[in-house]
Amino acid sequence: MHTVIALILRRMRGPLLLVISAYSIAILGLVLIPGVDDQGEPWRMDFLHAFYFVTYTAPTIGFGEVPYEFTPAQRLWALVAIYLTVITWFYALVTIIALVQDRQFRETVTQARFSRTVRHLRDPFYLVCGYGDTGHLLVRSLTERGLRAVVLDIQEERINLLGTRDLISHVPGLRADARQPETLINAGLQHACCVGVLAVTDDDQANLQVAINSKLLNPALPVTCRAETEEAAGNMASFGTDHIINPFEAFGDRLAMAIRSPRMHQAYEWLSSMPGTALMERPRPPQGTWIICGYGRLGRAVHRFLDDSGVPTVVVDETPEENGCPDGSIRGKGTEAHTLDQAGVKSAAAVLAATADDADNLSIIMTARDLNPDLYLGARNNQLSNKPVFRAANLELPVEPSYIIATRILSLINAPLLPDFLRLARKQEPGWHEQLVGEMRRVSGESVPEIWTVRLDAVCCPALLLALREGLVKRLGHLLRDPGDRDAPLAALPLLLARSDEVYLHPGEEAVIEPDDQILFCGTERARHQLEASVNNINTLRYLGTGELRPDGWLWRRLARQSTVRMQEEYKR
Amino acid sequence: MNLEKVIFGFFILLALTLNFGFFIGDIDNPDHHAVYELYAAIVVNLIATVLKFGERTQIGAILLASSLVADLQLIAAAVLWGVAVYGTEVGLTPMVTASIVSLSGGALLANLVSVTLLIIETAKMHR
Repeated sequence: MHTVIALILRRMRGPLLLVISAYSIAILGLVLIPGVDDQGEPWRMDFLHAFYFVTYTAPTIGFGEVPYEFTPAQRLWALVAIYLTVITWFYALVTIIALVQDRQFRETVTQARFSRTVRHLRDPFYLVCGYGDTGHLLVRSLTERGLRAVVLDIQEERINLLGTRDLISHVPGLRADARQPETLINAGLQHACCVGVLAVTDDDQANLQVAINSKLLNPALPVTCRAETEEAAGNMASFGTDHIINPFEAFGDRLAMAIRSPRMHQAYEWLSSMPGTALMERPRPPQGTWIICGYGRLGRAVHRFLDDSGVPTVVVDETPEENGCPDGSIRGKGTEAHTLDQAGVKSAAAVLAATADDADNLSIIMTARDLNPDLYLGARNNQLSNKPVFRAANLELPVEPSYIIATRILSLINAPLLPDFLRLARKQEPGWHEQLVGEMRRVSGESVPEIWTVRLDAVCCPALLLALREGLVKRLGHLLRDPGDRDAPLAALPLLLARSDEVYLHPGEEAVIEPDDQILFCGTERARHQLEASVNNINTLRYLGTGELRPDGWLWRRLARQSTVRMQEEYKR
Repeated sequence: MNLEKVIFGFFILLALTLNFGFFIGDIDNPDHHAVYELYAAIVVNLIATVLKFGERTQIGAILLASSLVADLQLIAAAVLWGVAVYGTEVGLTPMVTASIVSLSGGALLANLVSVTLLIIETAKMHR
């Protein structure tokens, strides 16, 4: 707000000086020029009346000549006074109106309002740089989980969209260049409640700049970055960016996993989709020849991962030489039948349309389906607004880079242990994966499970620490019971238990829990709330651990102790 | 030499000198205090205030504050004068005159602070 007031004062300095000078000259003239009163006696206007006269003349109100009729000499001066003050008065008015409409001024006002809103945030919030499809998905899910977000984007329209979207909490947004350190600070980079920076613009260079500025200005803050090239990812990793997400690498990796170990891939998919959406059972990608149309970043990543898994591929690209396509690539777009024929679409098992143009991708898919109805089809959906068409095309494998990034970031936010779990789970046998998928389906039913981490410390659950100390609960199984009925299981599955430097994959009910353990769960939203409630209530914990329902409060505790003593005595007898 | 600085210094000093000119004399004798001098002091004070607008330094803020105090005191004196002479028919009795002059005395103090600050700032600049 300081800058706004300073700007007004500085701009108004000239006009105000003019107004003061004009008034003072006009008043002084009126006082000095002799006049006559109604008796014809010589009379001089005093300062009060002169100021009064000028005050109503300047804004062209004009009450007439008071208190007595003016002499010609006075009228002559009044003429001067009128022109002088009226013109300066309007000049000042016009200046202030122009100032209010001034683009720079309005930006200053919005910026001041934005930083004030951010300063007054008292809940944990994420600083989201870039409000495209990815940013929108992220902000929506964050707000739905009761977290706050602050948005920066370089495009005015995107920030305007923020106001029209139906979000649960108010999300302050500013059109500004996130690459500028000052913008980041204004947006709350050094705010005590800021819990992380998510750089998800579509420009690698901008993400890089945001990451490095954040790491320098607030080194403790976790930074998550989107990177679409390997050079950018390497650069970001070099100065300690906490998480780097490359949507194309991630997709290629998962595709290879889906071909090699479909069960693991299924678990993987379920753990990283949007919670609450329906569980999808996608057909397993075939191991036959894949035709990849478009050798861009996605095509390249998929080609590499498939190659590593020993799946044969044929690349179709408009400019194979310039894009460095592998030998044997077909020249063409893939939208025409003869190109696809040349690539062997009749005998191929799958086609992936990986160009950066949605219309081209759809065209490739439709042409390929015409030529060979049994194909396994995948297409890259670049713009979320085109999603309905892609859904209507009924693809086996839709690829949505923005969705991939958003879900990855969300699972990192909700469950920091998830990457560890997935890394360990990958090394397990197919039978283990089969069992995991079965158990996940048992706890979460037909929708994508929630994933969350519980850290058994004084911040999260002081009651649980007390219960552990008193020996009321000892094992993980005690927590996995319905707080209303301890014989009923909770719809939650422990995935990982981390203790200082040890990790236990898929701990069982009999696993012993200790203070400062971190446990990764998946399950329904209801189970999450139940678990969160029970670890914070000593009475529930006592019930879960010992089955004893005991009233609390000093008086009741005393009574309960006496009755136990009496019962023990009776028992002895 | 910077013309802006000359004008700035000129108005701040003029505000002080005019104020002093009005203040000096017997405190309850209206003949010693010219209404024109009060008028000039008010106008020059207002101009000095506007000149100080938009400064974002600490010393600029105090300069502006002292000017606002002087304006307030002088305008209060003028209003008192106007009310006494035209509003209530009391006229410029020694008591009213003394009040007006003492109000302008307060403004004089504020102006003195202004000038002192200006001198300190100038002396601090070794250029």
